Amino acid sequence: MTAISNEPSGKVSFWYDPRVRSIASQVLLVIFLAWGSYEIVNNTIANMQRLNIASGFDFLSTEAGFAMAQTLIHFDEKSSYFRAFEAGLVNTIYVSVIGIFLATILGFIMGVARLSKNWLIAKVATVYVEVLRNIPLLLQIIVWYKILLHILPGKRDHASALFGLLDVNVTGIWVPRFIASDGFWMTEVAFLVAIGLAWWIARWAKQRQYETGQPFPAFWTGLGLVIGLPLLVFLVTGSPGIIDHPVFITEGPIFKRGFQQGAGFNFSPEFLALLFALTLYTGTFIAEIVRAGILSVSHGQTEAAGALGLRRGKILRFVVIPQAMRVIIPPLTSQYLNLTKNSSLAMAIGYMDIVGTGGIVLNQSGQAVEVIVMIMAVYLTLSLLTSAFMNWYNAKMSLVER
Amino acid sequence: MANASKKELLYVRTEMVPQQPPPAGEVGIRKWIWENLLSSMSKFSTVGETISSILMMFLTLFVIWAIYMVVSILYHFALGDAIFTGTDGSFCRPVDNQGKIPLGQNIGACWPFITHRIGQFMNGFYPEAERWRVYLTYILAAALIIPAAMPDAPGKTINSILLFGVFPFVATVLLSGGHMDISASSYTFWAVVFGVLLAVLAVFQIVTKIEGLFMKGAKILAIAAIAIFAILFVLGFDFGLAYIETSKWGGLMLTLVIGLVGIVVSLPLGIILALARRSHMPAVRLVATIFIEVFRGVPLITVLFMSSVMLPLFFPEGVSFDKLIRALIVVALFSSAYMAEVVRGGLQAIPKGQYEGAQALGLSFWQTNNLITMPQALKMVIPGIVNTFIGLFKDTSLVSIIGLFDFLGILDSALQDTKWLAPTNQMTGYLFLAIVYWIFTFSMSRYSMYTENRLHTGHKR
Repeated sequence: MTAISNEPSGKVSFWYDPRVRSIASQVLLVIFLAWGSYEIVNNTIANMQRLNIASGFDFLSTEAGFAMAQTLIHFDEKSSYFRAFEAGLVNTIYVSVIGIFLATILGFIMGVARLSKNWLIAKVATVYVEVLRNIPLLLQIIVWYKILLHILPGKRDHASALFGLLDVNVTGIWVPRFIASDGFWMTEVAFLVAIGLAWWIARWAKQRQYETGQPFPAFWTGLGLVIGLPLLVFLVTGSPGIIDHPVFITEGPIFKRGFQQGAGFNFSPEFLALLFALTLYTGTFIAEIVRAGILSVSHGQTEAAGALGLRRGKILRFVVIPQAMRVIIPPLTSQYLNLTKNSSLAMAIGYMDIVGTGGIVLNQSGQAVEVIVMIMAVYLTLSLLTSAFMNWYNAKMSLVER
Repeated sequence: MANASKKELLYVRTEMVPQQPPPAGEVGIRKWIWENLLSSMSKFSTVGETISSILMMFLTLFVIWAIYMVVSILYHFALGDAIFTGTDGSFCRPVDNQGKIPLGQNIGACWPFITHRIGQFMNGFYPEAERWRVYLTYILAAALIIPAAMPDAPGKTINSILLFGVFPFVATVLLSGGHMDISASSYTFWAVVFGVLLAVLAVFQIVTKIEGLFMKGAKILAIAAIAIFAILFVLGFDFGLAYIETSKWGGLMLTLVIGLVGIVVSLPLGIILALARRSHMPAVRLVATIFIEVFRGVPLITVLFMSSVMLPLFFPEGVSFDKLIRALIVVALFSSAYMAEVVRGGLQAIPKGQYEGAQALGLSFWQTNNLITMPQALKMVIPGIVNTFIGLFKDTSLVSIIGLFDFLGILDSALQDTKWLAPTNQMTGYLFLAIVYWIFTFSMSRYSMYTENRLHTGHKR
């Protein structure tokens, strides 16, 4: 007995073996989860049978039977439920992309403004951030919607702005729309070619600057190419396309007066209210991220760049911003994701995003589980794509240390 | 000699010049205006500086104009044209002989609409005679939360036990009235559970022969059993309080209930999830990762929908929770996923040497966690935790979409009152809500900044 107890590697009780412990607890967890999911699935099936709800995704091909104004892709009463999901998804992406674009601009302006030496501007930016960041987004969306409905002229009335380019009333903002005709594909090709060329020039310019130190205005050349080349091709091919202006009917029976559906392009008040609220709300968070990013670049960097003889603009462009971006990008991406998820609050004001259309489909078909699973799957995919991008970007931008 | 030279150098002063006041531009308001407003727009030595100075001038003028517009609109609405007294909607609806609102008559906020039904905004449809229970709960909550938030207040352990372990049940009893229908079978069920656990423990003791295992385990089991039976007893005991069903809860009180439940549940659950996600056990890590990523990847509104249409399907027929409990469950789960990531961030920032040092001292996993790493991690991420709370508090407004009368939802029901029809009611209500929400979230964010500054004193230049 004593011999055994003196062994340094002596056998401990299996209970003290970390491997046994870990396997035992994992097995317990798996059993518990399996039991839980079995119960849930069982109950769900029983409940659905009791309530006469068919399961499965067959309902997606049934005719939806409701119409939606405000879809970017065609959708009418005869379209299927699946088409309704597609239309909703397109609307979600539509408002999110524009919102992300505007919120980024607003956030960068406000973030820089908070650091301005001009007291007034800095204080205004601070008040903007502190007020709008601390009020629930849902409340902001509803308030913007009510304000828009209140200030816009009535349905039988309208007002023009920006030299007739914008036409507004309570049905939203109407702008001219471009309709492409045959032969427009050449312009599209020219656009793609121009983007390719611009990218190549930017690469070449960077290469040359690394080798010879000679700078080249790659940005402006690229911009000129991307705008100029398609424009040139468009004109040379004989301007294939027409401008479709919104039409406001002032004559005839009163109920037919107002903007004619199908002429011009319309931004609905729901869309605009959602866009305003999302932009202003997310802009506050982006402003804070940008401010923190700029402050994270140590003052010594700016001083050293100044000592090297760089001017203020170049210090910002070549020293401060690249280093700040490394701090800014990861939280910025998660704000983009938040904006996309927050666009689901659209249903409070009746903008037909994926949650809104999903809600209608759910009420009509009763397929609660399938509908919610589909909506969640869409958002999960979006967020996984975003985090994949973020990981790629982080890997690309991370400090290369020796 | 000295005399002569003095005569020669008449231009040299013999007395000191009295001290002059500093130039007007270097002190007081003029210096402040110069440094903070004008200096950024009065550099003209190069073309670039001139352009940016001119831009700055226009920007400043624009900002002044914008401030004027916003302030004047808000002033006229909230104060200038506002109506402060009245007993029904007609006071906020200037009616002339034709029964129409006169053109050109600006109507501001209708404050009596708010003050008249302030009780409803605060407590929903909670009976007026019983509202003292809500206020008592507020006092208890404040008495527990304020010392917990003060860094130097003593008795942190007892405070957190009271806040996280005792207060939730006291508040449940106070708000709902307690006297819940807890059948004898639930007592029996738990008694059987503890009996089985005790037996398992005894078997383990016999098999493994570890010294003191049985006593140690029995002690933990005894504490858990006492806690559970106490909870069952308190929830089931008749304190003589009238029962108030949760559909009558509403207003700010409901918002605070959802927010507080979210806070109280999400912190411990988030800590557990964070530990699980960093665990070395693949199954545990996978489950935690999936849970966290799913809840963080979808919007709260879809989760709330799930609570209102899917959750009832998950339980056997006859088992039904009320709407509020279902919403509470998903809000708590949702925020604990966010909390888990915050806590994990803190744990990741702990240097490896801390773990190794603890291991070298022979500490077990839980000892390392409870005594070494978790306190440091939590301290580091207090601002992140408070930010999650702020987000949670703002997100409670979403429950109005699934039909709960929270602070935002109660406004809709108030607007239905035909006696109070007036054109500006809606905006008055929204302004009021925005101010109240803002006060809560802004003070929380100030608290977060305060802790951040307090904890970062060592690193600041």
